[in-house]
Amino acid sequence: MMESVLAFWLQHAPLLSVLLPSFTAMGLLLLGDLGDLGGMAEQGGGHDSARVRWRRRLSLASVVLGAVMAAGLVWRAAGGELLVYQLGEWSAPFGIVLVLDRLSALMVLLTYLVAAPVLWYATGGWDVRGRHFHAIFHFQLMGLSGAFLTGDLFNLFVFFEVLLIASYVLLLHGLGRERLRMGMHYVVLNLAGSGLFLIGLAMVYAVTGTLNMADLALRVAQLTGESALIARAAALILLVVFGLKAALVPLYFWLPGTYASASAPVAALFAIMTKVGVYSIIRTHWGIFGVEAGEASLAAQAWLLPLALTTSVLGAFGALAAHSMGRMVAYLTVSSVGTILAGVGLFTPETLSAALYYTLHSTIVIAGLFLLVELMAAQRGEAGDRLRPAAALREPVLLGMMMLFGAASAAGLPPLPGFLGKLMILQSASGLAAQAWVWGVVLTVGFFSMVGLARAGVIVFWHVQPDEGASVAESGASVKLLSAAWAFMAITVALALLASPVKRYTDAAAAQLADTAAYAEAVLGSQGGAGARTTRPYDGTRSTSPLQPAAAPAPAKVLP
Amino acid sequence: MEFLLATGIGFVTACGIYLMLRGRTFPVVLGLSLFGYAVNVFIFVMGRLWSNAQPILVGEGPVADPLPQALVLTAIVIGFATTGFVIELALRNRHESDSDHVDGREPARATGRSPAAEATHHGERQP
Repeated sequence: MMESVLAFWLQHAPLLSVLLPSFTAMGLLLLGDLGDLGGMAEQGGGHDSARVRWRRRLSLASVVLGAVMAAGLVWRAAGGELLVYQLGEWSAPFGIVLVLDRLSALMVLLTYLVAAPVLWYATGGWDVRGRHFHAIFHFQLMGLSGAFLTGDLFNLFVFFEVLLIASYVLLLHGLGRERLRMGMHYVVLNLAGSGLFLIGLAMVYAVTGTLNMADLALRVAQLTGESALIARAAALILLVVFGLKAALVPLYFWLPGTYASASAPVAALFAIMTKVGVYSIIRTHWGIFGVEAGEASLAAQAWLLPLALTTSVLGAFGALAAHSMGRMVAYLTVSSVGTILAGVGLFTPETLSAALYYTLHSTIVIAGLFLLVELMAAQRGEAGDRLRPAAALREPVLLGMMMLFGAASAAGLPPLPGFLGKLMILQSASGLAAQAWVWGVVLTVGFFSMVGLARAGVIVFWHVQPDEGASVAESGASVKLLSAAWAFMAITVALALLASPVKRYTDAAAAQLADTAAYAEAVLGSQGGAGARTTRPYDGTRSTSPLQPAAAPAPAKVLP
Repeated sequence: MEFLLATGIGFVTACGIYLMLRGRTFPVVLGLSLFGYAVNVFIFVMGRLWSNAQPILVGEGPVADPLPQALVLTAIVIGFATTGFVIELALRNRHESDSDHVDGREPARATGRSPAAEATHHGERQP
């Protein structure tokens, strides 16, 4: 029995990671959700009714199972095996494939490391402040897992839409005027981004005739002349799209307001959303338009590093100038994305490995900070998370130490993983042409982040006005809510203690990403796709020969 | 035919972008739809323009590329869903803020608060 379950899992592992949240979400939808709006306590809703408790148990169980499966994926990928899953047994490049390599497994695990504590936190009350929180949360996880696992550029777009639509609803969860206002901007911007994404995809398809990432990497390398120019343009359009998701300068202006207005667990979950943009940039600009991509190679090299460094600096300045703690943490997100993309934009495996380690750290720390900000805001009475003198916190020592821990790690103080990550980026950048810029920016940004966080800490913990005492919360934060924030701190500590094995893993992930030949062989078979005859790309003469019947079935893009 | 389609797509895209940059939600939604149509036709055209060719491979003869049609179908479906969502969001926004401006407030109306103070006015926080 166990063996057959294990065999089933071994065979279908990538797909199950997408299906599990999808089925959970559908099940939760079928269970129905009245929310807590309008006094539903008598009708079976309410905070502690049996139905709510069962929904929470189901949801948490699914996330825990998903986390175990994600750990299994990492365990399998760590050996260097490329697991290719052909959906519907259509062979690549005609069919859609899910590809599990070290990078995608790592990102799926990171998603669940963020999602599990966040969901635990949300069951403390946020999940009943609107309808269908748990279902939408799992749809979000489905989109995230799918985006990380897919090996097809168009399928990436589809999963982007899945996770974006879920994020629109999550952002509006709990409603409120400010949330609707920022939601409007967020949705319109992302829809425009999706349109651009499709334009980029269409241009790539026009010159190569494929959207399979492994096949693309081979075909882009063969492009010459005008086709290569179009491919370069498409690569830069995709950079704009993914830069919008990742909050790269000048496309980050939507982020601080959006994240600050979202409810705390949603903002914490969104910490992974910018990393989807980063991941997509790595996939396209390393995997497809990488070093070996012929005339179209490294199309983004001239842009990515300067933009990333600018992002980092502007994010740090934003954190300095922020007038609320939520906005400050949101700007720290922007700043950390800049640091990560600086590592990506240097285009060496060492810098990429360092950037991946820093990605793990910054996602975890920022998610934890978003939760912590709300815990502090809840105890400050009228002032909330605004940075102005207000009533004393109920638990200044406990929350203060947690804030100190998170801030020190976010700013990059030893011995926390933020310091290790930045050190790795500095070390890997040494000897490169851009060394002075990277060192200068990373160190300056660390300093400014520290000043900004210290300023916030001084205002929140020391500028206390005893007069406002009447409005202070009567009791401290509940252990349940605190434990979610502690979970993030524990992961951070683990990341510091396990720095050496994690770094070995990211080194291997970067090396695996550079080896496009092995990737192509795994996805397309030993002939590297040469055996698959297609009519594409057209050479303009319009003389096409009919295909072999074996290769004839037309691939239909199916929605997952 | 290529020239006609190219200029057509360009014109619709330009109209869509112009409308998207307007300040009211209705033109913005219209602009998004127009932009979506232009993008869909663009994908379709990226399979090259063919006349009198079969979309699926049967027997001998030239074939048109079926894949862009599949891609554009998916894109249309997703576009419809998201447009529906953004319309609903715009209506709710109009209802909550008494303004159909994309910023949720009339630019000229004196609110008595500075824009900075307005920006810090968040949705309700968890008690």
